[in-house]
Amino acid sequence: MMSQAHLPQVLALFLFVVGMLIVLLRRNTIVLLMGIELMLNAANLSLVAFARASGQLDGQVMVFFVITIAAAESAVGLSILVNLYRNFGSINTDQAKTLQG
Amino acid sequence: MEAQYSLIPLFILLLPMVGFLLNGIVLPLALKGFGRTSVGAAACASTIPLATAFVLGLVAFNQLEYSNLLIEPYQWLAIGELKINFSLKMDRLSGLLTLIITGIGTLIHLFSASYLATEKGIGRYYTYLSLFCFSMLLLVLGNELPLLFFGWEGVGLCSYLLIGFWYTDTEKANAGKKAFITNRVGDLGFLVGAFLIYKMVGSFNFDVMTAAFADWSSTGNFDVFLVTATCLALFVGATGKSAQIPLYIWLPDAMSGPTPVSALIHAATMVTAGVYMIARLNGLFELAPTALTVIAYVGAFTALFAGTIAIAQKDIKKVLAYSTVSQLGFMFMATGVGAYQTAVFHLMTHAFFKALLFLGSGSVIHACHHEQDMTKMGGLKKYLPHTHFTMLIGSLAISGIPFFSGFFSKDEILYSSIALPGGQVFVFIMGVLTAALTALYTGRMMSMTFYGNERLDHHTKEHLHESPGLMLFPLYTLAALAAIGGLFGVPHLLGDFLGHLPHLLSQWLSPVIPIRELPLVAVKLPLHEGVVMAGSSIIAILCFTLGIVLFKNKQTMTQRSASFAPIEKILANKYYIDEMYQLLILNPLAKSAKVCAEVIDRLGIDGAVNGVGSGARRMSQQLKVLQNGDVQTAALWMIAGTALAVVGIIVLTLI
Repeated sequence: MMSQAHLPQVLALFLFVVGMLIVLLRRNTIVLLMGIELMLNAANLSLVAFARASGQLDGQVMVFFVITIAAAESAVGLSILVNLYRNFGSINTDQAKTLQG
Repeated sequence: MEAQYSLIPLFILLLPMVGFLLNGIVLPLALKGFGRTSVGAAACASTIPLATAFVLGLVAFNQLEYSNLLIEPYQWLAIGELKINFSLKMDRLSGLLTLIITGIGTLIHLFSASYLATEKGIGRYYTYLSLFCFSMLLLVLGNELPLLFFGWEGVGLCSYLLIGFWYTDTEKANAGKKAFITNRVGDLGFLVGAFLIYKMVGSFNFDVMTAAFADWSSTGNFDVFLVTATCLALFVGATGKSAQIPLYIWLPDAMSGPTPVSALIHAATMVTAGVYMIARLNGLFELAPTALTVIAYVGAFTALFAGTIAIAQKDIKKVLAYSTVSQLGFMFMATGVGAYQTAVFHLMTHAFFKALLFLGSGSVIHACHHEQDMTKMGGLKKYLPHTHFTMLIGSLAISGIPFFSGFFSKDEILYSSIALPGGQVFVFIMGVLTAALTALYTGRMMSMTFYGNERLDHHTKEHLHESPGLMLFPLYTLAALAAIGGLFGVPHLLGDFLGHLPHLLSQWLSPVIPIRELPLVAVKLPLHEGVVMAGSSIIAILCFTLGIVLFKNKQTMTQRSASFAPIEKILANKYYIDEMYQLLILNPLAKSAKVCAEVIDRLGIDGAVNGVGSGARRMSQQLKVLQNGDVQTAALWMIAGTALAVVGIIVLTLI
């Protein structure tokens, strides 16, 4: 029997899996970054929901950090992406496979 | 005996070092290159310091009457509790040896200057010779066992260098290696003995040792087994350096070095180091009668064994080489029955007459255009009168003809071997047989070289010439010593008869080696000293004459009678001992080395090292497909791994 508190968790799980599938299946790097954001935000949702359920602020504080770091991570990711385009003439992951054994 | 502080031992030791540095460094630098030193310069640079050392030795010898000379300039080593001073001590024994080394050494330096005058590497020769004298002096003057060992190894090195002096000749270079390697075997024994002494005494200092041995002897408070083991280990070292069975094989081969080297190193000085060492440690050996018996038997057997080989050799130097082995056996026989001072006495007389014989043979070889085969000599007396005369004196001395030096020392050894409590009748019998053989092969050598018909080839005969004065001077000096050297040790019987002549040498050595009075009638065999003396004289004279007569114009025993042929063949081939060693020791060694090289090294060690490399390579070949460069595949692996970890943790927590 699912209580009301479980609902955000199910949603978070759903969002995480969608993000994960995007990261695994899509070739476009921009979409990949979006998938990562989705996963991060799924985690954020989970944390906020737990924080609310337990009535403590810890989870929310944690989310705050995650959002800021996610911003920095996007900046780094996008700059890598620009370089990827300059070197390979494409932003698709299947074009950049030179680092192999 | 009190020890007096004196610089003389240090000077005596360092003077040959000066010769070494001059010939080894200064002259080559000054002349801009090795091998450019002239004979005169090289000889002077080495001989003058050594002669000075001899004079200093004489000066010191006078002082030894009252006190020992001791100097400890600095501490050589300090390892924990063990402190070793660079301590040089000249007592009566080492003083005597110092005189022999520097005196005979100087004569041989002079002889070499003429003998090797045309040699290119004369500077190198004198460099080695000086280094040898330094090492030998360190061996006798060192007052700590490690110093003795330092000298012991140093003379071994110089022996190796000088045997292989003509290093372009592979056979000669190999003879040098053989000497060096055979000596290594003995040195292991020496080291074991030295360590055992340290374990028992707690010091390497000879003074401390002597005191400890005397203490043990009076209290009886020592481990007989350990002492016996120590003595035997030291004796193994002595068999290597002094060419006794089973390690004698290097000495005959060592004759491929220049003849003066054979005279100095392989007859007069280095090979007697083992005898010196035992005489120096006589207090220890006295505590181990079993070890002494072993030494006596080994010595006597070596003496007899080498004597029989000497009788069938054609090379004049080989005869002398086996004769040296045989005489060294005599010395060990003497130490083995407890007559240490007699061993030193024979060491001294042997140094005189054997150096003389070697130099004489050098003179013959020099005259005959480097021909060493006695079957191609004969009748040289006419051409080489001086060489013949001096060598005859040497031969009479070694044969034990009465009133020459060898007679006194050899007779004393023979009589000691039945008159002392440590004596053995069997050893005595072997000694008498050896004495007979000695006279026989010496007579044979003289006969084949100087008497009979001339078998020289025409070319050699044209160049036949008596040696120059520079070679004759050492010969005559040594001949004089060989003739009268025995008077330092006149036995009681004769001494009383001739008007109370004392046994000078044993009195001189008495602070180092306690005097043992020989009874007039032997203990082990009821023989009077006079009987032994007369008997051995008769045997010596008979055998010497026999040797001369038998081998005149007939160079081999087989020419006398065909029935000698098989015996002669065995003797001429030295009982096939070298072949036996080859078969029993060298071949298995070579084979096991081959197994090690081809199986253990190639498959085992190389296999392991290469296997690590090729294994890693093969594994990475298999695994590299996993890393295809695709970011998403990597992500998949990461997620799969994380998932696995999460599942694992959950499962583990549930269990």
